[in-house]
Amino acid sequence: MSSNHPGLSNNFSRSGEKFSWSKDNLRSIKNIISKYPKGREQSAVMPLLYLAQEQNNNWISIECIETIAETLNMPKIRVTEVASFYSMYNTRPVGENLVQICRTSPCWLRGSNKITKTICRETKCEINDTSDDNKFTVVEVECLGACSNGPMIQINNDFFEDLDEESTKKIIDNIKEGKPNVIGSQKGRRSSENA
Amino acid sequence: MSLVLKKVGEVQKMLNEKDKVFQNLHGFQEPFIEGALKRGSWSNTKEILSKDQNDIIELVKTSQLRGRGGAGFSTGLKWSFMPKNTGKQHYLVVNADESEPGTCKDREIIRNDPHTLVEGCLIASYAIQATKCYIYIRGEYHYEYVQLEKAIEEAYDRGFIGKNACGSGFDFDLYVHRGAGAYICGEETALLESLEGKKGQPRLKPPFPAGVGLYGMPTTINNVESIAVVPTILRRGPDWFKSIGAENNTGTKIFCISGNVNKPCTIEEEMGIPLKELVEKHCDGVEGGWDNLKAIVPGGSSTPMLPKNICESVLMNFDDLKANGSGLGTAGVIVVNKDNDIAEVIERFAHFYKHESCGQCTPCREGTGWMHRMMQRLVRGEISPEQIELLENVTKQVEGHTICALGDAAAWPIQGLIKNFKSELISKYNKKLKAS
Repeated sequence: MSSNHPGLSNNFSRSGEKFSWSKDNLRSIKNIISKYPKGREQSAVMPLLYLAQEQNNNWISIECIETIAETLNMPKIRVTEVASFYSMYNTRPVGENLVQICRTSPCWLRGSNKITKTICRETKCEINDTSDDNKFTVVEVECLGACSNGPMIQINNDFFEDLDEESTKKIIDNIKEGKPNVIGSQKGRRSSENA
Repeated sequence: MSLVLKKVGEVQKMLNEKDKVFQNLHGFQEPFIEGALKRGSWSNTKEILSKDQNDIIELVKTSQLRGRGGAGFSTGLKWSFMPKNTGKQHYLVVNADESEPGTCKDREIIRNDPHTLVEGCLIASYAIQATKCYIYIRGEYHYEYVQLEKAIEEAYDRGFIGKNACGSGFDFDLYVHRGAGAYICGEETALLESLEGKKGQPRLKPPFPAGVGLYGMPTTINNVESIAVVPTILRRGPDWFKSIGAENNTGTKIFCISGNVNKPCTIEEEMGIPLKELVEKHCDGVEGGWDNLKAIVPGGSSTPMLPKNICESVLMNFDDLKANGSGLGTAGVIVVNKDNDIAEVIERFAHFYKHESCGQCTPCREGTGWMHRMMQRLVRGEISPEQIELLENVTKQVEGHTICALGDAAAWPIQGLIKNFKSELISKYNKKLKAS
């Protein structure tokens, strides 16, 4: 059990394995760097951190940072700074499904506390914890920008909106059973129309 | 210019369907190129780009479009600050880092009507002589990012952007840059730092971005909604835009309503729609009825809340909300009813600001943490009337003493709470005192 969100910790650690870019990512990197002016390759540090995180099981190890620094010809400390400043770069391993529960007032007014309780119960995780089977890491986060669809959560890249306890449980159950989930509104809304 | 505000009940009908800029705000139609062409995007872009750049800026000025990102500064005027013919690379940067609690409007534009934004980027960039534009989108909006990238690819494929965009002779490149979960990057200079691959910590101004911006070059930063309405303004004319809303508060506006309403939604309406009408007509009212209303935060978390009596008659535009001690901000309307503790609503905002402070300025870094701890105690009824005054005093020490407005944004909601509900906070304390 850890005391805070994996994206907020500044304690970076080594995975013990060398990190080198996959072939696909090497191609992507060329493409990404070309978006920024010559001599401004540092701008690519955020997209490269995303690539590294994706390739490295959803977290950034010191090895990832070293490889990025080398690729972009940047001091390691500058990459580390960026990785620790932004909360979406996980500085320690997380479960297969990173469940982020919005706790800010608009979602709270519509019952985010109940959603948190349901998720903790169903995943057998405390907040900031990873489940024993490594299926889930559960965190509480600040506003995710889907306020008209609150309460809502994000699991990896997907938003799940208009939640109640029952639909939340269903989502977690589906993940456990390897069944697909419908992303977006769980009450059948197309987006955030009045319905 | 005199301020002519419509009174409640006067002329207020629902905004005409045909006057909506975002015909696909809710995504019931095809969001991509086929749908966008049907909705009129890209129809005469070449003609627009044949206008003189200064004329475009003048037209946008005449429309009285005010920035939709929070500050409400004239978009045309902002563009006019860009230096002309410098021989330097100019940039347009679009702020899609939508993170203000209560706000989810740009998300709908990006995922459901992305071509309005792509076309707007082209036109705005042309007006400020920028051949490159970056859209900075918040990292959590992954799906929206994918939608936007697809729309941009379509625009390149059709020759709408890229070399000789729309056959106008203007070369234009558009890129998307993803943020990674930092609210502060919605502050324009922090956003530039982030784009340059650094921590998102705001820069001192001056120099202003129009002089020294991205990579030290002249840069304009605009909100998604401000940019996405530009093509329609130029197509239908500034007079059409001005005919909606009131003097200096013109046009249509996307409102996001969340919290204790029966049907929370995002809706494009006339600028200046009465707040009560917005809640009653579009959201089926407050949970438990209008009389169960406690307060409304009208423009995203940083705007001070309005008590019920003001909510009865206030108009949702820049000037009327300002006159009533709050602001339009991002038009994220957060409704709080009497079933919830209003102090906890603000305590959660305080937690948000503590979490999002970048740590650069001492009053904000230390102040947001201190204010949050005081707010926690206030929720529990543990702070005395003197301490409430101390808290109010400290918010004023933070306000105005930081590089960017995050310090102000953290202070205002607490000030709004104390201003409107002080007696209630004191009775909370007295009750707790008696109980112990």
